[in-house]
Amino acid sequence: MRVRLEVREKASPWLNLTLPLLAIAATLVLCGGLIALAGANVIEAYSVLFASALESKFAIVETIVKATPLVLTGLAVAVAFRAKFWNIGAEGQFLLGAMAAVFIGTQESLPGWSLVPLMILAGIIAGGLWAVLPAVLKTRFKVDDVVTTLLLNFIVFYAMMALLDGPWKDPLSGYPDSPDIRPDAEFPVLLHATRLHLGVLLAAVATVLVWWLMRFTTLGFAIRAVGENPRAAAYAGFDVGRIIVLTALISGGLAGLAGVGEAAGLHYQVMAGISSGYGYTGIVIAMLGRLNPLGVVPSALFFAVVITGAEAMSRSTGVPVFLADVIQGTALMTMLMALLFTGYRVRLSLTGHG
Amino acid sequence: MREKTPILGLRGICKRFGPVRANHEVDLTLYEGDILGLLGENGAGKTTLMNILFGTYAADAGRIEIDGEPVSIANSADAIAHGIGMVHQHFHLVARHSVLENLMVGQKGRHGTLDRAGAEARLARIADEYGLRLAPETPVAALTIGEQQRLEIIKALFRGARILILDEPTAVLTPQERDGLFKAMRALADKGMGVIFISHKLFEVREITNRVMIMRQGVVTTTLVNGPELTDRELGELMCGRELIPPERPPVAVGRVLLRLTKISAGGTPDRPVLKEVSLEVRAGEILGLAGVSGNGQGALAEVIAGVLPPHGGAIEIDGEVLDQPSVQAVKARGIGRVPEDRIGTGLITTLPLSDNMVLPRVGEAPFSRCGILDHRAMRDFAREQIARFQITAAGVDVRTGTLSGGNLQKALLARELAWDPLVLLVAQPTRGIDVGAAEFVHRQFLDLRARGRGLLVISEDLEELFTLCDRIAVIYEGRIMGTIPVAEATARNVGLLMAGFREDAA
Repeated sequence: MRVRLEVREKASPWLNLTLPLLAIAATLVLCGGLIALAGANVIEAYSVLFASALESKFAIVETIVKATPLVLTGLAVAVAFRAKFWNIGAEGQFLLGAMAAVFIGTQESLPGWSLVPLMILAGIIAGGLWAVLPAVLKTRFKVDDVVTTLLLNFIVFYAMMALLDGPWKDPLSGYPDSPDIRPDAEFPVLLHATRLHLGVLLAAVATVLVWWLMRFTTLGFAIRAVGENPRAAAYAGFDVGRIIVLTALISGGLAGLAGVGEAAGLHYQVMAGISSGYGYTGIVIAMLGRLNPLGVVPSALFFAVVITGAEAMSRSTGVPVFLADVIQGTALMTMLMALLFTGYRVRLSLTGHG
Repeated sequence: MREKTPILGLRGICKRFGPVRANHEVDLTLYEGDILGLLGENGAGKTTLMNILFGTYAADAGRIEIDGEPVSIANSADAIAHGIGMVHQHFHLVARHSVLENLMVGQKGRHGTLDRAGAEARLARIADEYGLRLAPETPVAALTIGEQQRLEIIKALFRGARILILDEPTAVLTPQERDGLFKAMRALADKGMGVIFISHKLFEVREITNRVMIMRQGVVTTTLVNGPELTDRELGELMCGRELIPPERPPVAVGRVLLRLTKISAGGTPDRPVLKEVSLEVRAGEILGLAGVSGNGQGALAEVIAGVLPPHGGAIEIDGEVLDQPSVQAVKARGIGRVPEDRIGTGLITTLPLSDNMVLPRVGEAPFSRCGILDHRAMRDFAREQIARFQITAAGVDVRTGTLSGGNLQKALLARELAWDPLVLLVAQPTRGIDVGAAEFVHRQFLDLRARGRGLLVISEDLEELFTLCDRIAVIYEGRIMGTIPVAEATARNVGLLMAGFREDAA
């Protein structure tokens, strides 16, 4: 018996649906091994993990709130990857968006009603421009975008830490936390007695808009064309450089908006731990969502469940909460492996038979 | 004639891809000293069969016999071990390495060291035995295309091939180089090797083979012995399964100049351009052919006319108007249509649906979009219309474009460009890799355009094609136009010499 891979003529559409599910199943099995190693019952641990994130209305709302920045960073990465602009920098764009929001939200001179729209705008622009920088470097000077977008994350993070330890240091607590934004700048809560804030609505609107952009506009067409074959796109008359820069602006803007939502909807300030890697998780989410804006939503919800559920699991079974990170990493690997099957099919052949 | 032994036998090979029957009950016998021509339209199953023989695919049923013994070939290493050598259309050579180093790639030396002397001795032996000579230390980058192909053949012999598969080997050669290849093929056959020759050029198949096997829709329809009574037309009709009428080129009144290039230099660096002061004219109602061995500046010339490559100097004039700033948009807006050589590299985006590709250069215009909003229905209707008009075989407008066969891809590209009634159509290698049926269709479209007073510039390495199609033939060599000959005065000899860089008077 031999196993070999053969080129597939056509990727069947149902693979788009089944591959992520297969990848998740494989991930859970693999991570089940770690749970067992940690000395817990695998079934019990997983059931606590999933049940705790979905057991009550409050828990469900919390999961949705958790999913909100993930949806936006997932969209950011999905749009960029469609154009083969490898934006690994959603993390930095997120942080810059949050900082821009807090900067606006703490301005005493601005009229109260203008704060929320200005914060949203500033966050989108800040994140967008931060992504445009590596895009210009890529298109003008052929600088590798994976490296630049990744390294720019660290520049933003340490610049933020310098800011939090210096001019933005909270004079009252002395912690590296920024001052709080003005009450007028806080995102309104949409559902009484929960943390469901305006950012959730913005993420939903952004999802629909990005889906519409990719599917029904010439810009979306151009992004796909440039991503699939930049040479053919150039020959067809598309300005490839301009389209990559525009894609970066949209991508960074989405990540920036995610930062605005967290700063203005949940924390009302920026602090060192405001992101917990949302920008990087966005990469996993986009891949698992097959770079489809509508696929990003279930994918983000899944990881929101894992992240919120991991704490409850940790409390009740003693499995370290870091399992959530392991699941994220494993899911990316299994999904990348599963993608092999979109281009190839596995064939078993008997030896001695051609 | 001596007793013939079959060195290779394929028996009842079947291979399916989903619903498509790529090979069905295919039998093939190759004898010592045999040159077998393998003919068939695109999608007839030739490539699949060769891939099965070379271990790229596994057959669903059937067996492969070498010297009458059934063997198992699961990958190319197995194929090589059984003495099967394949020369692909695209060479698999390391450009920076020397001839000898390329031969030693993948060869095991003693104790992990390279056996340079041994390899050199074997190279010398191959040169003596078959007349295939190459200097061992020459880097591959310095070899001509014909020499690189010779190296591929030597590589196969070096690895002990007794059965040699040549996949469209003449597509990249000058007539003189082709004669050299045919001489080498005969030498190999005389020494008892079996050669399988795949080509779309019927006259070549008649010239070099002693038997011809024709495939259609996955099955072998005919196997015949080559002889003087066999004609191109007969072979072509056996291949397509229908009658072929060669297109006629009625006289058309030649009109004004539609495209004029004046002293265009482009590509490379301004000091050492790829194109050196090229001047050309394409007039209304004429087909200008550009002959030349690939890599002599045709690519740069096509890119300049397409507006992708800004020239260092010179002028482009379209229908009397000199372009200040040539760009894809400017050139397209003035009516230049373009069917590139590299259909899947620069013409189409194979991973996108067919309907997207049909509107690719015009997606920003009505009716396909308004104010940046796509009209999917208009796009699909347009694609459907073109599929019907050009009888493109596709399972709908939503299929991934890469699933179409070469001939259908070419039809799709042509349909896309012709839908806008171009003033000048720029086409490169219009029939490379496509079968006679599709080629005939493509040629008919060109002549139709010509009859309507449009101009065409056809870049091709296939002289036969240029001779049947063009009114004038310009020859390019190392970025220079060596001369332009009216087709009535053009011969394989005078064009071939210009292609090889010899001026008429010097020859």
